[in-house]
Amino acid sequence: MATTTAARPTAGIGLDLLRSAGRVTFAGALRSEFTKIRSVRSTYWALIAMFVVVVGFGALASYGAATHNPGGPGWDPTRQSLAGLYIGQLIIGVLGVLVISSEYSTGMIRTTLTTNPHRGVMIAAKGVVFTVVAFLASLVTAFAAFFLGQALMSSHHLSTTIGSPHVLRAVIGGALFLTACGVLAFGLGLLLRHTAAGIGTMVGLLFVVTILVNFLPMSWQNDIDKWVPALAGGQVWMVQPQPPGSTPMFGPWPSFAVLCGWAALAVVSAVVLFRRRDA
Amino acid sequence: MIEARGLTKRYGGTLAVDDLSFSVAPGKITGFLGPNGAGKTTTMRLILGLDRPTAGRVTINGKPFDEVEQPMRQVGALLDAKAVHGGRSAYNHLLCVAQSNNLPRRRVDEVLGLVGLTSVARKRAKGFSLGMGQRLGIAAALLGDPQILMFDEPVNGLDPEGILWIRNLMKALAAEGRTIFVSSHLMSEMENTADHLLVIGRGRLIADCTVDEFIAANSQQNVRVRTPQPDQLAKLVAAAGATVRENGDGSMVVSGLDPARVGDLAYENAVRLHELAPVHASLEQAFMELTASSVEFHAGVPEAEQPALAGKVA
Repeated sequence: MATTTAARPTAGIGLDLLRSAGRVTFAGALRSEFTKIRSVRSTYWALIAMFVVVVGFGALASYGAATHNPGGPGWDPTRQSLAGLYIGQLIIGVLGVLVISSEYSTGMIRTTLTTNPHRGVMIAAKGVVFTVVAFLASLVTAFAAFFLGQALMSSHHLSTTIGSPHVLRAVIGGALFLTACGVLAFGLGLLLRHTAAGIGTMVGLLFVVTILVNFLPMSWQNDIDKWVPALAGGQVWMVQPQPPGSTPMFGPWPSFAVLCGWAALAVVSAVVLFRRRDA
Repeated sequence: MIEARGLTKRYGGTLAVDDLSFSVAPGKITGFLGPNGAGKTTTMRLILGLDRPTAGRVTINGKPFDEVEQPMRQVGALLDAKAVHGGRSAYNHLLCVAQSNNLPRRRVDEVLGLVGLTSVARKRAKGFSLGMGQRLGIAAALLGDPQILMFDEPVNGLDPEGILWIRNLMKALAAEGRTIFVSSHLMSEMENTADHLLVIGRGRLIADCTVDEFIAANSQQNVRVRTPQPDQLAKLVAAAGATVRENGDGSMVVSGLDPARVGDLAYENAVRLHELAPVHASLEQAFMELTASSVEFHAGVPEAEQPALAGKVA
């Protein structure tokens, strides 16, 4: 302890440390990554934008339904109030890409890896911190969108309650859906190490592919749709099964597992490369 | 102690570092010299584990850097002044770096004071000048009170005040018994600060010696002479095996003889001397001579400008 530091002259620069200090640990890496994510503005902008857009569009869709749509056999008020998730997935995706790509675009990665060369520890901590922050923000967003949407529809008796069958699963599922999209984007950001390329690929995979499959023959869609990341992931925040005539999907949780599979594919391949590549 | 054995790095078809073996001894300032593109930065990136070597290995106190348990206690590195997220304040930048190694928060305040950035600690690094960025990078390197410090071209682009600050800091750190490994393409900088030199060109090690040895081994002894009988003296020293170059101002430079021998020759042959002075070859000149063949990109200096360059060196 004292003897280790006394051995060396340390005019002004010296450091009195407990013996445990100075070691790389997972807990330390978590604290470091949490400081990083909370100390840049892009985190707040992205999360506020996600909240405003998801809640705002959910409110608009719910109000529109209340004033125009009488409801019907396939009516799903939970889904209606969460409609903003279609945009929210892209916003959380942008944050997921940025969390890692900004290390590369700013040059911070060189400081990060020369002060903590244990790459596995560092990237695991970054992934965990982002996932937890994304999930908590998504949870607040999904519940806010749900309750505001139901409030707007309740006067027209189109609303549902959180205690109705499958509704709680769908609202929490909405938060999980956003989180999984963010994690997928994080994997893409780490794989491509470039903000524009990461965001472009993320939008392509989550959004453009979802649109493009509509142009394929119905018999192909029957086989493909259940594997498309955003379509599969969307099942977990719907209460009503898809209306008759639409393409067959897996159930809510297996469908969500498909989205998680895509995210895992991106993250695992990115981490394997990250540990090997020159930084 | 940094040790490299057969260190080699190839990027595609380019051999950036070619079979380097060296050790950086503790407690000294070791200058790492080479022209631009010689492989200095690549070597530092390999030492720090940013890049993986194609062949060979490099260790810090016997371990590759990515296996070191207390990386910031062992090594502090400044690779470039802009390895910072510009949106983050100086304080938070240092805090996240300190936390990754479980260093106490008070160290952040201490190093901020040490580099003189306390007053701008809460400002975002985006607005920092190059000199302030350099100080922030050095603050991060000092967080762990490391035994080894590595600086890549630390004075590049700095104003004279900044250069002086870094030079004095390096000397102070070395005086505390730390190992300093500093790269530069500016020979004059090394002459002022380094104890030991590693010189590389085109990725290969071309010298590993002290500064004095380097100059002695790689530059000829020159003597400036002024005499009213230049032709006579030129013949005498040429006969003794030296070469003579006329300076434009009426003096001449004799290479290959020491001043005493030139004076004796003149005395024995009744040649009057008005000036006899040794010319100390600078590190710059020695370096130019040594690396002339190993510069990757020759600028093609026109012939007419060569004497002017030589004159500046003397």
